[in-house]
Amino acid sequence: MAKNTFKLKSGLAQMLKGGVIMDVVTPEQAIIAEQAGACAVMALERVPADIRATGGVARMSDPKMIKGIMKAVTIPVMAKVRIGHFVEAQIIEALGVDYIDESEVLTPADPFYHVDKSNFKVPFVCGARDLGEALRRIHEGAAMVRTKGEAGTGNIVEAVRHIRTIAEDIGSLRTLNKDGVRRKAKEYRVPVELVEQVKKLGRLPVVNFAAGGIATPADAALCMQLGVDGVFVGSGIYKSKNPAKRAKAIVEATTHYNDPEWLARVSEDLGEAMPGLEINDSLTKLASRGH
Amino acid sequence: MATKPTIGVLALQGDFAEHITALRKLKLPCLEVRTIADIKKTTGLIMPGGESTTIGKLLVSTGLDAWLKTHVKKGYTIYGTCAGAILLSQLGLINITVKRNAYGRQLDSFDEPIQSKAFPKLRGVFIRAPLFTTIGKGVTVLATHDGDPVLVQQGKILAGSFHPELTDNLAVHRYFATLAK
Repeated sequence: MAKNTFKLKSGLAQMLKGGVIMDVVTPEQAIIAEQAGACAVMALERVPADIRATGGVARMSDPKMIKGIMKAVTIPVMAKVRIGHFVEAQIIEALGVDYIDESEVLTPADPFYHVDKSNFKVPFVCGARDLGEALRRIHEGAAMVRTKGEAGTGNIVEAVRHIRTIAEDIGSLRTLNKDGVRRKAKEYRVPVELVEQVKKLGRLPVVNFAAGGIATPADAALCMQLGVDGVFVGSGIYKSKNPAKRAKAIVEATTHYNDPEWLARVSEDLGEAMPGLEINDSLTKLASRGH
Repeated sequence: MATKPTIGVLALQGDFAEHITALRKLKLPCLEVRTIADIKKTTGLIMPGGESTTIGKLLVSTGLDAWLKTHVKKGYTIYGTCAGAILLSQLGLINITVKRNAYGRQLDSFDEPIQSKAFPKLRGVFIRAPLFTTIGKGVTVLATHDGDPVLVQQGKILAGSFHPELTDNLAVHRYFATLAK
């Protein structure tokens, strides 16, 4: 019986498309997320806004908390591990989690390498700012990609930057001849075949979500109209005044992203959004972690 | 209802784009369905894989659940895959009971040949798949895996627990198109 193949790993990501994956730190939050219509939840120790506020090293969640979340909901459960921390990944896999996010939101554990994801049975999602970074992660075995954005800021600008950069990088492959593709592969430090494949498909060969800074239904719809397959939302929900209502509105907006009247309706009367942060020099850039 | 055969793919959440690609490969007219205005242009609907809790809530907020219940009685055709099959059962549109995530979590997802006289050489991609636990009156089993039913039909309703849209064998889609005429 074929199990844990790349087809099955990327296949689960295909089932998540058009959906919203919500950060949760407790089983109670997971239930709120499921009831709001999340297609999966992401277990982590603290939402990014709290990681920024309290500082210190951010690590994977307590396995007991993850097990509690897995028990509380029927939708897929993802969990974050630190960049390069393959033992955290082994532990999460042992818990039977459905997807691992090797995430820059946690404090990196390895200054040289990301996790060799092809060694694992459980599928991985990873963040990327540009095509080279996305392809390096896919080459390491990631079965799903997301933008890094700038988590915990409630500011969508970096996610938009990463979506547009990846799209433009893919677009610029179109005019390249064989030598040009080979040069790009060398620049990106990935096999030529992978670059060829992206050139042929005109998109990433795996599902690509937006993440980092989504705080409103309009933010989610913006990312969808820019061509991503779905969205991750974290601090944007739990740092707002009415998390359950906002979560549901973001789910609706991700489905009806092309329908302004629908978006207007679900954006109404949601209470205050998370305060948000300006992206400036004094801000710690989580997106610059990893390579 | 539409007069020209057009297959809608429920595009609330899930792998609807893969179903659209499959239908286009077969050169069948198709469109994404998110509203009642969309579904009125169709003669049949594919409910894709995805998360049944998510799609179920969006069916209610769009009013499509009520539309489907009314129109299936009048002979509207639906094919539900995975989450879509769960929803068919939950909406009472097919006489089967379904157990969600019956094979386990993602680590238990699998890809194996399935047994079918109607559709030879079919592979079953099962992702956190449901199991059809009871097959009621009027329901025919079209394919099995390990003795369990994985593709069933009741009148013009088809339900499958696997994902042919993730493979090159589109025989089930082709068959569904003949029902949706």
